[in-house]
Amino acid sequence: MTIDPDKNIRFSPTHRLQWEEAQQKDVILYPEGMVELNQSSAEILKLCDGNRKPQQIVDELERKFETTGLRNDIIALLEVALKNGWIKQD
Amino acid sequence: MAGSNKINITPPRWLLAELTYACPLQCPYCSNPLDYAKYPSELSTDDWKRVLSQARKMGAVQLGLSGGEPLVRRDLSELIRHARELGYYSNLITSGYGLTEERIVELRQAGLDHIQVSIQASTQELNDHIAGTTSYEHKREVAHLVKKHGYPMVLCVVIHRENIHQMQQILEMAEELGADYLELANTQYYGWAHANRDLLLPTQEQFEQAEAIAQAYKERVAGKMKIYYVVPDYYEDRPKPCMNGWGTTFLTIAPDGVALPCHSARELPGLDCPNVNDYSIEEIWTESKAFNFFRGFDWMKEPCRSCDEKEKDFGGCRCQAYLLTGDMYNTDPVCSKSPNRHVVQEAIDSAKSASLAPGEKPLIFRNSKNSRDFA
Repeated sequence: MTIDPDKNIRFSPTHRLQWEEAQQKDVILYPEGMVELNQSSAEILKLCDGNRKPQQIVDELERKFETTGLRNDIIALLEVALKNGWIKQD
Repeated sequence: MAGSNKINITPPRWLLAELTYACPLQCPYCSNPLDYAKYPSELSTDDWKRVLSQARKMGAVQLGLSGGEPLVRRDLSELIRHARELGYYSNLITSGYGLTEERIVELRQAGLDHIQVSIQASTQELNDHIAGTTSYEHKREVAHLVKKHGYPMVLCVVIHRENIHQMQQILEMAEELGADYLELANTQYYGWAHANRDLLLPTQEQFEQAEAIAQAYKERVAGKMKIYYVVPDYYEDRPKPCMNGWGTTFLTIAPDGVALPCHSARELPGLDCPNVNDYSIEEIWTESKAFNFFRGFDWMKEPCRSCDEKEKDFGGCRCQAYLLTGDMYNTDPVCSKSPNRHVVQEAIDSAKSASLAPGEKPLIFRNSKNSRDFA
């Protein structure tokens, strides 16, 4: 499974991404499990809302953080997320 | 008292709410205490809501709604709605017995995140025998409905000597039913399973064959169906890191409100497990004798005390040490470093000879009549 550059990415309907006040971090919740996210992973996954293609996510984050060269790291994270079923491409 | 030194206490993450001991099934490996009939009282709806709120405030986020059979509680939807408002991820752990499409929709609307359905075997005859209730066809129907209504579907099959030969068929059944996750839980020998161990514990050869089949299947369905394989610790060389360490992560509340560091801890002597009717969750978690009993490492005896793996497995399971050696401070006897490892070997040998003996004694099914005999 690899990320398709031409398809929108949405967050899995059977997982939940939420901010945990007690842990001061975002987490992904799924049946009997939890993944703690660092800030950059959470920023990327929050943009997986079904309305953006991979490059649009890269552009948006590079704009937000006023930097360039994020593409490789972002795609790598998206590959991991796809493999783990956190995100979907239809 | 053990664990009296100052230890950094982490907040609970997992709350297991055992809503009731009532259950229409009679599985002979049930993890409820043998003498559950002694504890007929149940917390009220308001008590449970208070418990959920207090635990959530401390940081609990995964909520298991279990039992017994949690569907027996008429206020289940109300509790789920409360849990969802608090931000829990709620897991309904059910036999599926009596679950209708109407109720599945109602629970979904209340905010339930996931339903785990247990199936006892891959054939009707064996499923209904193990469950002690005609339930196989209905469970399959429930599995379909769970999928249909958008829940992630987790199928749980407890593995033991009576169904381990069906491993391949169990895997195929899970795939056919569209399970997103399959939990293959090798029986853990506490409570009813311990009482029936001679009849349930498979041989090492059976374990190895079944595990090889499951591993091969796991690779084939990667990305489609996740397979969780709960290891059979009697055949391991090292103990499991039980509960991720005592009082670090898991909080169980029994039907009558007793708070337990693990769901078997009720069987341990002298813990004085507190009740949520008398104390807040914060007091229970941070201050109670029971939750501090085996925190940290100071309680350990040798060989755990000087073992370089103690921070990995915490000396294994206290309930297993107590059940098999009579001393809850001992190293979990499944560890090959334990001077009591022979009791595990004796259990394995005893089960093997029972399997070869003509005319096996019958399984003791989990029901109130049998429970009263143990009480």
